Amino acid sequence: MAEMKSTVNIQNFEDAEALPKPKSKVKEFVKKFTKRKTAVISFIFIVLLLLAAILGPYIAPYDASQADYSNLLQGPSAAHIWGTDEFGRDVFSRLLAGTRLSLASALSATIVGTALGILFGLIAGFYGGWIDSLIMRCCDILFSFPDILLAIAIVAILGPGMINVIIAVAVFTVPSFARIIRSATISVKESLYVEVARSIGCKNWRILWVHIFPGTIQSMIVNFTMRVGTAILAASSLSFLGFGANVTEPDWGAMLSQGRNYLNTAPHIVLFPGILIFLTVLAFNLLGDGLRDTLDPKMS
Amino acid sequence: MAEKLLDVKNLRTEFKRDKSWVTAVNDVSFHINKGEILGLVGESGCGKSVTSLSVMRLLPIGTSRVSEGEVFFNGEDILKVDKKKMRKIRGHKISMIFQEPMSSLNPCMRISKQITEAILLHNDLSKDEAYKRAFNVLKSVGIPDPDMTLNSYPHQLSGGMCQRVMIAMAMSCEPNLLIADEPTTALDVTIQAQILSLMEEIKEERDTGILLITHDLGVVAEMCSRVIVMYAGRIVEEAPVRELFESPMHPYTQGLIESVPKLGSDMTSLPSIPGSVPDLSVMPKGCKFAPRCKYAMDICREKEPELVAVPGQEHRCSRCVLHKLEEKEVSKL
Repeated sequence: MAEMKSTVNIQNFEDAEALPKPKSKVKEFVKKFTKRKTAVISFIFIVLLLLAAILGPYIAPYDASQADYSNLLQGPSAAHIWGTDEFGRDVFSRLLAGTRLSLASALSATIVGTALGILFGLIAGFYGGWIDSLIMRCCDILFSFPDILLAIAIVAILGPGMINVIIAVAVFTVPSFARIIRSATISVKESLYVEVARSIGCKNWRILWVHIFPGTIQSMIVNFTMRVGTAILAASSLSFLGFGANVTEPDWGAMLSQGRNYLNTAPHIVLFPGILIFLTVLAFNLLGDGLRDTLDPKMS
Repeated sequence: MAEKLLDVKNLRTEFKRDKSWVTAVNDVSFHINKGEILGLVGESGCGKSVTSLSVMRLLPIGTSRVSEGEVFFNGEDILKVDKKKMRKIRGHKISMIFQEPMSSLNPCMRISKQITEAILLHNDLSKDEAYKRAFNVLKSVGIPDPDMTLNSYPHQLSGGMCQRVMIAMAMSCEPNLLIADEPTTALDVTIQAQILSLMEEIKEERDTGILLITHDLGVVAEMCSRVIVMYAGRIVEEAPVRELFESPMHPYTQGLIESVPKLGSDMTSLPSIPGSVPDLSVMPKGCKFAPRCKYAMDICREKEPELVAVPGQEHRCSRCVLHKLEEKEVSKL
C-alpha cells in the first residue's frame, strides 16, 4: 500500500510546472524611473541637498554665524559668492548650514506625522464602526483648517521654537495619511489572504501588522515624498512669521524673514533662500510625481 | 461505527441587512467521520461557504451571527469556546483551503514566511525547525524544488503551485479536519486531477476528515463517500455518493444531475433548471424550491417539507413531499 502511494506521488507530480525565473522588481523600477527626466533631476537635487545637510559645516567657506562688520550687505562676489547679510555673514555658508536644520525639521515632522497617520488609518480601517467614525471625524476637523493656519494655531498654543514647529507640522500631516491608509486597509482587509491568515489562527494585531500593513505601504510612498515638500514650506513659513527657529539660527525661513528689511538695498539676502526653498519644494513634488507615475501599474 | 469528527446540528446563520436579520443557512445538520470525504454541493449562493465559515467562526462579526445550532468537533461545541481557544483550533485542528489559490497567498510575503507562520503559531518550534517542516510538507504535496519555492513570492508561482502551497500550509499542522472550499474551481483540468488525488492521498495517510465544498458534480463523484445537496440555505438531500447519482430523490438534485453534459449523448441542448435561487429576504413560503420545481403541488407552496429519512435506505434523507406521498398517495394524483 505504501509503495503504491509513493508511486502515485511521483507520477502525478513529475510534470509539475517549473518555476519562472524571478524578475528583478528593482531593476524594472529603476528603468522606468530613469525615463522621467524631471524626476531624475529632482532626485539628484535632493541627494545634493542631503549631502549638503550632512557635509554643510565642513564644506562651507565661512562660519555660518561669524559676523564681519567690514562687509555688510555685500552683493555676490568672488569672496562671498551669494553675498553677505546685514551682519556681514556669508549667505552661502548660512544656507548650507540651514539645509540641515530645514531638512531635519521637515523630515522629522513628516515621519512623526506619517507614523501617527498610519496608526490611526490602520485602526480606523481595520476595526471600522465607531472607532472609524471617531478617527475620521477628527481628521475632517483637522482637514477643515488650512494647513498653515492650523500650524500657526498649534504653535501659538505651544509657544515658538523648533520642536513645536515640528509638532505643528506633524499634526497637519496626520489626517492625509490616516485617510490614505484607511482606504488601503479597507481594500486589503477584504482580500482572501487576510481571511487565510485568520483561518490559520492569527490574532488581530498580527493580521494588522504582518498581513495588512505591508500591503498599504505603496499607497503612501508618493504622499510621503510630497508631504516633505509641504513640510519644508510650512516650517519655513512658520520661521518667517517668527514662530520657528531662533533668529540667530541659520534657518531658511528665518533668513527670509530678516532679509525682507533690506529688500530694496540688498535683494540677494532674500533671493537665494527664496530660490532654495522654491527649488527644494518643487524637487520633492516632482519626485513624488515621478514616483507616482512609476509605481502606478496603469501608466505605461 | 466510525467516529464522528465533526457534528453540526441545526445550524442557522443570519446576516444583517438594513437592520433586519436575513437567514442564509437554516437548519443544517451533518456530520463527518474520521478519514471521510463529505461533499457539499449546490449552486452559487446556496450557503455552502457560509456553512463552512460558520464552522470556522470566521464570519464577519457584527453583520452576521450563528443564531441557533451546535457544532461539535471532537465532542466539544466549538461555537461556545472562547476566542483564544478557537484560534488554537483554527489552522491547528481545522484547516481551510480556499477557492482562489492566487489570491489566498499574501503577495508581500515569501512562501517560507507564510508556511512557517502557520507552523510557529501552533507549535513550539525554532525558526529552523519550522523551515524544515515547511520544506518536508511542500515536498509531500509534490513540489519538485521546495527550497526554491520557499524563497519565492506568490506572483512567481503558477495557480497549481499556489494551491499546492495552500494545501501544504493547511496540512502543516496536521489538522484532523480539512475544509476545502471549491479547491479546484480556479484550476485547469489536469491540475485539478493532481490536486484532488493529493487530497485523497492526505486523507488515506493521515485519516483526515475532509469537507469538500464544490459545485462540480464530477469532483463529487470522484472523491466523496457521502454527499449533501444544499439549496437556498437548506439541506435538500443527503445520500451516499453512488445512490445520489443513480437515483436522485429530490427534484433539485435530479435537475442538477441532468444538467451535467454527458459524453456520447446526442443531445443538442443541455437541460437546465428554470428560474434562479430566491432572494434570501423574500423566500417562498413553502418549499424553497417549489417555484422552480416541475412537480410542485399546492401543498409544496404552503408548507415546507421536513428533511426526512428515505424509507428503506441507510444514511439517506430528502426534503420533499414526493417521497412521503409515493407510497400511498401518488396513485391519487
